[in-house]
Amino acid sequence: MQQKRNLTQEYTNKVLLNGTLETPKWWAPTVAGLGFVVLIGVIIIATMVNRGLGLTGLSRPVYWGLFITTFVFWVGISHAGIMISAILRLTQAEWRRPVTRAAELLTVCSLFTALVFPLIHAGRPWRIAYWILPYDISRGIYPNIRSPLIMDPVAISTYLTGSTLFLYIALLPDLGVLRDRTTGWKNAFYTLLALGWKGNPRQWQMQTIGGILLSALMLPIFVSVHSIVSWDFAVASAVEGWHSTIFAPYFVIGAVHSGVSAVVTMMALMRWMWKWDDFIRPEHFDALARLLIVVATGWLACTFLELTFALYGQDAPEIALREMQIFQWPWNLLFIIFFVTGYLIPVPIWCVKKYRNNIAIMFWTSILVNVGMWLERFLIIVPGLARRTPFVFTWEAYRPSPVEWAIMIWSFAWVSLLMLLFSRFFPLVPLFEQKESQVFTDDIQIGRAKVPAIVREVE
Amino acid sequence: MSISMIGLFQEATPAADAMDGLKNAGFELGSFDVLTGTPYPEGAFGEHVPQHRLFRFPAFGAIIGFTLSLFLTAATQLAYPLVTGGKPILSIFAMLIIMYELTMLSGVIATVIGIIFESRLPNLKMGAYDRRITEGWIGVVINLEDESRADDAEKVLNYAGAVEIKKA
Repeated sequence: MQQKRNLTQEYTNKVLLNGTLETPKWWAPTVAGLGFVVLIGVIIIATMVNRGLGLTGLSRPVYWGLFITTFVFWVGISHAGIMISAILRLTQAEWRRPVTRAAELLTVCSLFTALVFPLIHAGRPWRIAYWILPYDISRGIYPNIRSPLIMDPVAISTYLTGSTLFLYIALLPDLGVLRDRTTGWKNAFYTLLALGWKGNPRQWQMQTIGGILLSALMLPIFVSVHSIVSWDFAVASAVEGWHSTIFAPYFVIGAVHSGVSAVVTMMALMRWMWKWDDFIRPEHFDALARLLIVVATGWLACTFLELTFALYGQDAPEIALREMQIFQWPWNLLFIIFFVTGYLIPVPIWCVKKYRNNIAIMFWTSILVNVGMWLERFLIIVPGLARRTPFVFTWEAYRPSPVEWAIMIWSFAWVSLLMLLFSRFFPLVPLFEQKESQVFTDDIQIGRAKVPAIVREVE
Repeated sequence: MSISMIGLFQEATPAADAMDGLKNAGFELGSFDVLTGTPYPEGAFGEHVPQHRLFRFPAFGAIIGFTLSLFLTAATQLAYPLVTGGKPILSIFAMLIIMYELTMLSGVIATVIGIIFESRLPNLKMGAYDRRITEGWIGVVINLEDESRADDAEKVLNYAGAVEIKKA
């Protein structure tokens, strides 16, 4: 799959640290622009916390709207990191090398952002402490561990802590490189973080074994997190469209679909912005697209099963909900957009090798997937609540308010800003992984032929 | 006074020769090591890598996490024993979910501690080192308790083809 490239370690350092040791011209204006959007978002959030949730479009019977949709969306995106990094590390896939760090970083940033939404959605964020911390409040009531609303923060905190530590451990050798190339306060900063890394065989052995061990530990956490997020909905037996046994695998595979697509988006941007053409190559997009075809088709099967399970029982309220979700305005338009952008456009395109190797096409199709996947979450959450049922005495059509839209836009700016700030201090592509692949592609003699130590399919 | 000496090489083969030379010259295993900017296949330099105990860390962490989470989930329910729908106070399946997450969390944290500990980090005394190692050069470093065998070590490194030798 990969072709051999002869890149020296010096060249690898120089190119992959071009955003860390130097400041690209576009960096400051982009950060300033994103920082401005983030600032506006923070002011809006503060205003909402101060004035109350009346500023949102949330009203009886729709109390879970754009905030929870965006929360599920970001938790889904976070599944990219561990899916890509851990599975490919465990299977020793060579093409993982330029992808892993960015994927792990995306996990951390998106999880961190996802956590904000339930907090602000609560209206009075400080009261969240009463729900989740094992603290004996005045009436002697501890958090109810039987509720998925408690399981959720426990799972997400576990995933966030694990992912952050995973990211840091894999950064250690690169922190040593940065320590060796900086002076002044930056040198002191990297010296502190590198912990005295020297690169002896024992340390490299720990990197390899530790990386595999952490991958093996993180994978079950990754599966559990979105399963538990899905139970926020699935255990609500009174809400049609939510109460489904397939939700856990359905959410997990949907998360992988949107997360891997987000990694494709990010890889394309990294190649264009930092000009890392030697390291992020069309063959990497080709490999990711092949993976995405499988994941997307698995996700399609789960979508089909979810509808089948809902209709098979011939339960009148469930059928009424599905009719509304698929055939009634405006849900039908959203459903068509979701289905077309989530599967029908991207997957046939990815089946053509020429397009898989075209980075612009991969970039735009990956964006389409995430438009579709955001709508999928919206269509799961809102119609189930919005449908008229006999026990609801008032109905308001849910229209997200400008405040909700602004906070959603803030979240995208915030994730982008976090990643750009990270890129200014740490390399987005693991240097040592790239160098290792060079060592392993050195020629070895087999009989009378000289072949790369790792034999790969060549065009 | 202990000294640390490093011989710098541009290729892997002479560095491996230097490691062999130090072994043959009677230097104690563990007193000399090879430093590289990238992981090389295990045994590429004939280096001595002591047995590690990394696999014990996640197991130990998981046991601690499991025990604490069992206590946390059971104790918080027993502290306010409200019977709901005639069901038992302790909800085993709900407990298992929280216990699973906290067991894994503790296992991950212990693994990270294990990786750092088994890598012998943090190591504030760098000893003999050269920044060119992270540019692809290979360093063979030897730690001596006194200067008595410094000349022998230098000879071995020179004989193997060290481009430069530094002491710290």
